[in-house]
Amino acid sequence: MWTAVLVTALGCYLLKLAGLSVPETVLDRPVVRRIADLIPVALLGALVAVQALSTGQDLTVDARLAGVGAGLVALLLKAPFLVVVAVAAVTTALLRLATG
Amino acid sequence: MADSLGVGLATGAYGVSFGAIAVTSGFSVWQTCALSLLVFTGASQFALVGVVAAGGAPLSGAVTALMLGSRNTLYGLKVASLLRLGGTRRLVAAQLLIDESTAMALKPADRRDAPLGFFTTGAAVFVLWNVATAVGALAGDVIGDPAAYGLDAAVPAAFLALVWPQLTGLNARMTAVAAAALALVLVPVTRPGVPVIAAAGVAMLSGALAARRSGTADEPSGTGVAS
Repeated sequence: MWTAVLVTALGCYLLKLAGLSVPETVLDRPVVRRIADLIPVALLGALVAVQALSTGQDLTVDARLAGVGAGLVALLLKAPFLVVVAVAAVTTALLRLATG
Repeated sequence: MADSLGVGLATGAYGVSFGAIAVTSGFSVWQTCALSLLVFTGASQFALVGVVAAGGAPLSGAVTALMLGSRNTLYGLKVASLLRLGGTRRLVAAQLLIDESTAMALKPADRRDAPLGFFTTGAAVFVLWNVATAVGALAGDVIGDPAAYGLDAAVPAAFLALVWPQLTGLNARMTAVAAAALALVLVPVTRPGVPVIAAAGVAMLSGALAARRSGTADEPSGTGVAS
């Protein structure tokens, strides 16, 4: 576990430093810019799906999905970040309490 | 000022949840605090913890975290010319380079104010984030099962809220949906952690196709501001 912690720490620092050190002209290439903009979108999209709908290697539908759905409604209502997260957690917790 | 207060509150609450979730996912209190001190970029930290919590190998969690961390490289490219850094200042600035400090550096109308916005915001968030993480990590040790509090739903909801402002065009929306679909298809047939890494391939394909379609014309795309 410590290896993963330190690899992440060193890698993330070097990624930040690289941004401050590399000439800005790298972004002049449209392909690089597009991909760079889309990587967080793809990873976050995948993380949402995997963490809401899977347990280990199994696809599962449980109270988490209701929580994330409630969070989505909060986003559509333009709720701030923390409200979205709180709504998701509270919905899931209450659903588990009710269905215990 | 209202902005700073908002950023501070959000950082504090987010940091406490990170600490609690990391500890309940199997990281020690020391490892959790080391992540916030050394990695210091929220989405990457949550990604590592999330992959490990789902049963993935810690190193595939680290790969996911690094890919998310590449976002900060772009921020660096954007702010480097505003901050006029050299030597030690650059090494310090690199650690403070995150969503919030970038937003504050890009905000002032007068470019000379950019370094002040960047360093004060970066330093304030750094302190708050680490104190909050420690509080959450120590609390996580005593609260027990995170599922009872719905914390396992809080993490995907946080990722959803992070990606939301970036879903500005059709291309971004399709990329997010395709990445989510690919990841779910891969869940039963690959080791935990791999589906999310594979989703980066969707970004590369989609980005390459979009660039080819539009030539050099560039649509502005959203840059989410939240860690």
